[in-house]
Amino acid sequence: MTERLLSVDGLRVSFRTRDGDNQAVRGVSFHIDAGETVGIVGESGSGKSVTAKAIMSLIQPPGEIIAGSIEFRGERLNDLPEKTWRKLRGNRISMVFQDPMTSLNPVKRIGDQMTEVIRRHRGLKADEALAEAIRLLREVGIADPERRVRQYPHEFSGGMRQRVMIAMALSCSPELLIADEPTTALDVTIQAQILELFKQLKANPDTAVALITHDLGVVAQVCTRVIVMYGGMIMEEGTVEDIFYRAQHPYTLGLLRSVPKRAGGGRERLIAIEGTPPDLLDPPPGCPFMERCPHAMAKCAELPPMFHIGPGHRSLCWLAEDDHPPEKSASGDVRHKEATL
Amino acid sequence: MSNDSKILVDVRNLKKHFVKSKDLLGRPSGVLKAVDGVSFQIRQGETFGLVGESGSGKSTVGRCLLRLYDYTAGEVRFDGQNISSLDEKQLKPFRRKIQSIFQDPYSSLNPGMNVLELIGEPMNIHGLYSGDERKEAVAALLERVGLKREHLYRYPHEFSGGQRQRISIARALSVRPDFVVCDEPISALDVSVQAQVVNMLEDLQAEFGLTYLFIAHDLSMVRHISDRIGVMYKGRLVEVADSDELYDNPLHPYTQALLSAIPVPDPHAVSERIVWTDAIAEGEAHELREVSPGHFVALP
Ligand SMILES: Nc1ncnc2c1ncn2[C@@H]1O[C@H](COP(=O)(O)OP(=O)(O)OP(=O)(O)O)[C@@H](O)[C@H]1O
Ligand SMILES: Nc1ncnc2c1ncn2[C@@H]1O[C@H](COP(=O)(O)OP(=O)(O)OP(=O)(O)O)[C@@H](O)[C@H]1O
Ligand code: SF4
Ligand SMILES: [Mg+2]
Ligand SMILES: [Mg+2]
Repeated sequence: MTERLLSVDGLRVSFRTRDGDNQAVRGVSFHIDAGETVGIVGESGSGKSVTAKAIMSLIQPPGEIIAGSIEFRGERLNDLPEKTWRKLRGNRISMVFQDPMTSLNPVKRIGDQMTEVIRRHRGLKADEALAEAIRLLREVGIADPERRVRQYPHEFSGGMRQRVMIAMALSCSPELLIADEPTTALDVTIQAQILELFKQLKANPDTAVALITHDLGVVAQVCTRVIVMYGGMIMEEGTVEDIFYRAQHPYTLGLLRSVPKRAGGGRERLIAIEGTPPDLLDPPPGCPFMERCPHAMAKCAELPPMFHIGPGHRSLCWLAEDDHPPEKSASGDVRHKEATL
Repeated sequence: MSNDSKILVDVRNLKKHFVKSKDLLGRPSGVLKAVDGVSFQIRQGETFGLVGESGSGKSTVGRCLLRLYDYTAGEVRFDGQNISSLDEKQLKPFRRKIQSIFQDPYSSLNPGMNVLELIGEPMNIHGLYSGDERKEAVAALLERVGLKREHLYRYPHEFSGGQRQRISIARALSVRPDFVVCDEPISALDVSVQAQVVNMLEDLQAEFGLTYLFIAHDLSMVRHISDRIGVMYKGRLVEVADSDELYDNPLHPYTQALLSAIPVPDPHAVSERIVWTDAIAEGEAHELREVSPGHFVALP
């Protein structure tokens, strides 16, 4: 039996702003088992990074986790004191951030930043840590790492900085790696090399990878399961085959259609989903996709439940109502768990 | 793109070398040849795509065209004028005509400025509009890039990556440029927003006759948007051709390796990845030669 590494139940995160609460994540529930690579895709601004940061306990004021529970190997993380949490983070769960420039210190040499992390988590001596940093840089495809460790972030290209972040995240052999757009700044040959590293990490059956990406090609090639987000909620979830061959949700279908066709080239217009996502300061009470959905009907003004499409395949859309049963409400599960804790 | 429109950007044997940091013993260890002899032309109204290895010098080429750097050698002509040796005062009109949209929407917007200030700043520098007129112009631009008037007084951290990139685009367009260097303008966006932004860039190009240098890693998107594409490897162009020709008939082994590594959005697709390890040693690089009309490749 596979082991449940992470479960997130009924997560809500809001940011207080002058104009009201920005409800970035509005009730998100999912799980990740050991051995999986779960892709998280979705609209820009749909709450993917905020969800990841919540798991890492990195939501800072004015942001706040309003509700929900996050469990890692059965242990409820929300209740942990910051110190215990900090130890877990970076050691057993590590994250590659979307914005490498803001997460690297601009006035510190790359090597010093790397050895600091390696020493903290692995207790190595300075020269051992430096050797390890050099080895890791070579592993992520950076040529001449002996010289590169003495440079500063601005002397690296965008893709090289991103690889430094990946090397740091891999340095402690985490059980769960959350990678937020880890390969967007890389050319496809180096991307393939990095994805290969993730596969090696996953060769250990106790570990898992959560991959936030908008590159559907990457999702198709490396993920086992996919979560599709929109407007702070999960719209659809299933295996890669479910999502690429049997997608149910109109947003997922729109996303798949937006990819430029490979054959033919030419200058046809891309098929974008017209319109803009809902304002999360004042989100609609019904289906978040309603304003842009070609199938919207009167009923969609009410929020649909998750419908059970097949094993592990679910869709938050009224179109599934006739043929599929609704799932047990996730928030009900949360209340149950809170009561028993 | 018609072949008779004029050449707007003419890059001739451009070189940009950086002094390497010192080696382990503290000796300076020569130079890093980030861009080492690159030549290409972009016609008015055309989109020239630039792809290639991470660290191959694409962004450095872009920054040279923006004259953020002095060049080590070579020259860049913009609309017939050599901008290589102009001083800051002489450059001022070019600083308006040549704009940029950068890779990283997180660090390229000043966090302390609201949207009105961010988009209005270049207008201010170049003396376009003032007061309420400027506010109206900014609001109109915001709507043009798919944002709302309500966003005028918000700050960058309140937006998602996609929204920030729209702000950067509005900012670049605020001073009505002729040429825009787009350095991975869509890398941070989800595919449906990418499609919106690319459609928008194409519409704006048609409307204002803009010329683009489009640097990106998403090869299917580059093929879609570009008229011609150059492939960079280690500071040099190894192949230049019309987009479809490059994808259908790649000649350089690096281009072939690159194209074969594009991940296909189909879980059952089996792709044969061509691995090219035969790195070109320094000093051994070959010159681009025209092998068929408009198709240039650097092979022995
Ligand atoms: N510090 C903050 N203050 C206010 N709002 C924030 C803050 N951080 C994030 N948000 C808001 O939370 C929402 C979700 O943002 P998030 O970064 O999770 O999006 P995302 O899905 O990762 O998008 P992208 O694909 O563009 O990275 C957005 O509306 C964003 O404006
Ligand atoms: N300011 C600088 N000082 C020193 N070296 C630099 C500087 N800027 C760039 N470099 C070096 O020049 C080379 C080319 O960098 P550049 O940023 O142009 O690459 P790129 O092709 O844009 O890569 P990516 O696809 O990763 O963004 C790299 O080796 C980089 O480390
Ligand atoms: S619930 Fe209605 S509006 Fe929402 S995706 Fe389904 S059909 Fe469209
Ligand atoms: Mg994000
Ligand atoms: Mg770059």
